[in-house]
Amino acid sequence: MTEPMPYAEAVAEFEPVIGLEVHVELGTESKMFCSCPTAFGAEPNTQVCPVCLGLPGSMPVMNGAAIESIIRMGLALNCSVVDWCRMARKNYFYPDMPKDYQVSQYDEPICVDGYLDVTVTTDDGPRVFRVEIERVHMEEDTGKLTHAGGATGRIHGADYSLVDYNRAGIPLVEIVTKPVTGTGALAPEVARAYVTELRDIMRGLGVSDVKMEEGSLRCDANVSLNRPGDEWGTRSETKNVNSLRSVERAVRSEIERQAGVLAAGGRVVQETRHFHEDTGQTTPGRSKEQAEDYRYFPEPDLVPIAPDPAWVEQLRAALPEQPSVHRARLAEQWGIGDFEMATLVNAGVLGLVEETVAAGVAPDAARKWWAGELTRVANEREVEPGELGVTPADIGRVEELIATGSLNDKLARQVFEGIMAGEGSADEVVAARGLAVVSDDGALLAAIDEALAAQPDVAEKIKGGKVQAAGAIVGAVMKATRGQADAGKVRDLLLERLGVTE
Amino acid sequence: MSSAMESDLIHQSAATLAQAIAEGEVSSREVTQAHLDRIAAVDDRVHAFLYVDTEGALAAAEAVDSRRAAGEELGPLAGVPLALKDVLAMKGVPTTCGSRILEGWRPPYDATVVERLRAADVVILGKTNMDEFAMGSSTEHSAYGPTHNPWDLDRIPGGSGGGSAAAVAAFEAPLAIGTDTGGSIRQPAAVTGTVGVKPTYGGVSRFGLVALASSLDQAGPCTRTVMDAALLHAAIGGHDPRDSTSIPDAMPDVVAAAQQADVRGMRIGLVRELSGEGYQAGVEQRFREAVQVLEHLGAEVVEVSCPIFDYALGAYYLILPSECSSNLARFDGMRYGLRVGDDGERSVEEVMSLTREAGFGAEVKRRIMLGTYALSSGYYDAYYGQAQKVRTLIQRDFDAAFAQCDVLVSPTAPTTAFKLGEKVDDPLAMYLNDVATIPVNLAGNCAMSLPVGLAPEDSLPVGLQIMAPAMADDRLYRVGSALEGALQDRWGHLLIEEAPAL
Repeated sequence: MTEPMPYAEAVAEFEPVIGLEVHVELGTESKMFCSCPTAFGAEPNTQVCPVCLGLPGSMPVMNGAAIESIIRMGLALNCSVVDWCRMARKNYFYPDMPKDYQVSQYDEPICVDGYLDVTVTTDDGPRVFRVEIERVHMEEDTGKLTHAGGATGRIHGADYSLVDYNRAGIPLVEIVTKPVTGTGALAPEVARAYVTELRDIMRGLGVSDVKMEEGSLRCDANVSLNRPGDEWGTRSETKNVNSLRSVERAVRSEIERQAGVLAAGGRVVQETRHFHEDTGQTTPGRSKEQAEDYRYFPEPDLVPIAPDPAWVEQLRAALPEQPSVHRARLAEQWGIGDFEMATLVNAGVLGLVEETVAAGVAPDAARKWWAGELTRVANEREVEPGELGVTPADIGRVEELIATGSLNDKLARQVFEGIMAGEGSADEVVAARGLAVVSDDGALLAAIDEALAAQPDVAEKIKGGKVQAAGAIVGAVMKATRGQADAGKVRDLLLERLGVTE
Repeated sequence: MSSAMESDLIHQSAATLAQAIAEGEVSSREVTQAHLDRIAAVDDRVHAFLYVDTEGALAAAEAVDSRRAAGEELGPLAGVPLALKDVLAMKGVPTTCGSRILEGWRPPYDATVVERLRAADVVILGKTNMDEFAMGSSTEHSAYGPTHNPWDLDRIPGGSGGGSAAAVAAFEAPLAIGTDTGGSIRQPAAVTGTVGVKPTYGGVSRFGLVALASSLDQAGPCTRTVMDAALLHAAIGGHDPRDSTSIPDAMPDVVAAAQQADVRGMRIGLVRELSGEGYQAGVEQRFREAVQVLEHLGAEVVEVSCPIFDYALGAYYLILPSECSSNLARFDGMRYGLRVGDDGERSVEEVMSLTREAGFGAEVKRRIMLGTYALSSGYYDAYYGQAQKVRTLIQRDFDAAFAQCDVLVSPTAPTTAFKLGEKVDDPLAMYLNDVATIPVNLAGNCAMSLPVGLAPEDSLPVGLQIMAPAMADDRLYRVGSALEGALQDRWGHLLIEEAPAL
């Protein structure tokens, strides 16, 4: 295997072309073709019926709410909604598919030709890229296979495999971009910004809970490289990209890998690749050199879909505020500029900040925690900020404690650390760790006297009017109280003790 | 009730039996037992049934009797026994579709047709034999051995619904349900001297009908009289929200049409392409005589041409295998029915393959292979695509013909019943049995076959086919009932009464 090329070199030598296929699991009450419930996490095979089990003789009936959702999604992505289309059968044998065909859409997708503008932050300020959307179509989800035994975690080599059909027949929407060119070194950021924006739109529409960790939003990233002026290269398709952060890492890693292959005179193989969260690398999966023949044909068990144009217009009129408009409004309310807003979006914390502000926290404080400390920890731990275990309510409580003087910022960070470690609520962590600003004058005065005794020369300087020298004593007191004192108060007490005024 | 009837319950029409049960002259239990006795007496020679549900049938009959005793008003077929083609799911009762691959499968649900039969208090005696997955015209492709024609036990009863037709012809049941994809109700009716109706596509729910070709399949009545067919058609027909292709409009009143039995002023078209070469002389002769009867009854007979009908068989044998290759994919040994080769070592693919190898018969494999090929990338347009165009042209031929005529007529099948074994190794000869019935399935309209005499050369029944426009099923009954009445007047009895005693 050839060595990957360092990223900066790779994007200096090659131009990446990316394409993204995003699957969104709709949050409809019932499945796509039957009335089975769709809630996540039920006991295996308890949300099934003859239809979603594909029992002989059973027939699908289209869920009207799913059609409405997909049309609203298409409209929100600036797509045209076709006036007539059909479902198609995608034929292949696999035990997670009850019918051994998947009801999907082939050459007649319901929404076509849209776009989404996404913003990425660069050293030169925010840049907007238009990602064109080729199609938005619907299909049914498959069951979920669990392979027991064996080394690979795949069906080959497993001792046995278990199938849970609860997921089979849940409506899925696939959103496919056109090839995105001209992003250069920003390709990974554009990919991430696109999926983030898409997630925010879907969330705003209320069509899905878009949780990447539960698989209700899944992304496949296509990447190819070419030298400037050359034709596009052969693409790989990376699957198993289960977080926003992974979208960016997967694209970056593929660029580095493919550049290494090409620079060594090799050939990129058309294949699916699996992304590994732990290593940040992709490994080869199924080859797509021999295209599989799915023998698509129109699904004869379902009548064509012909959305009434007047209804489509009603849905368009009732769409919620677009995220970009929404962000502009928030920026104005919070008094921040484009750069600050782009930072929040790219860190994936805008929604969290918004929820935190809604929980009563001042916008600056909410931004400070999410974009600062919590994003830092999330990056360190390689998770999304929302997965840290800190809730908007926790931030609200910590801010209250800061406002009453019980905590300072340093202690607050320790409180968050405790919350993230699963030690309970803010108050529980404060109590358990004994985190509180020391405000007992007696205890502080004792610490001050101790510090003064330890540094008599400094004490003399302060007495002599060099007030700026007080910092050394304050520092010693803070150290002695393990940061639990209020530094301002220590200084006041110190000066008072020495009879010095500023 | 007359004592003659009491001693001869099995030779009565369903309408007569229902009336006698309603009036308390005989119990449903007695009627049911009489038919169970008949089955016990003759079915070892006829082999119309794959499964006789003695307990279930008697329990259902007793339930009807006690409801009648309680003074409940019952429907027009209440208490009358019926034989169900083994292609319809019936809760708890083995459903094999004539295939080894479904051996042992008991559906956990009822087909809509079965639900409606139960709601009409019809007593279901059991499941009838058929060509495997309804592929064939002789029942010789049943994995459980052929059914024999009650007129001559060495001859075929037609197919695929030979079991249902033979059960009715052998007086094992006054009513049966068949399914018709290319003639599987009508051709067996023709060769057994019984009545069979293929309703308008979408007129009877397909939910629970194990699909052969989804865009062609339709369940319908098999009876000895036109009125019985109308009563059964009315009981099972009408909109079903569980079948997306079910027609929401109210179905025409077929019972009233059967009562009307008047063809005066109707224009009847003879389809030029459905006669002549390939049609047995005695079939043509009896057909022409029947047309003269219709003229005598006051109909105007004209000749029409439907030139595209010549391409119907070719188009049919692309569309049907294509859909069936996908519909039958689910029989993979993973969830129900047969599983072969699962020794703990073999892969999923091998077990699927071995199961299908062992579970499907030769004709099923032939059609799956044909369909898989026809849908393949690169061949789709030339085969499936072209066949769909032919289908549209056939619909236009019908439209043009129905612009001139109220109904069209033809012989139902080109020959009378042939010998068992005669064509089983010659698929093309077998396929030609359906040459006159297939156009209706492709166009989605409706047709009836009824007996019009015995061919002079072999003394075997000949069927006449009446074809009407979609959702004009009432015209079938109006014409069929008039013709049946006139022939009965001429012969002094129904044709079926000339069948040899078993």
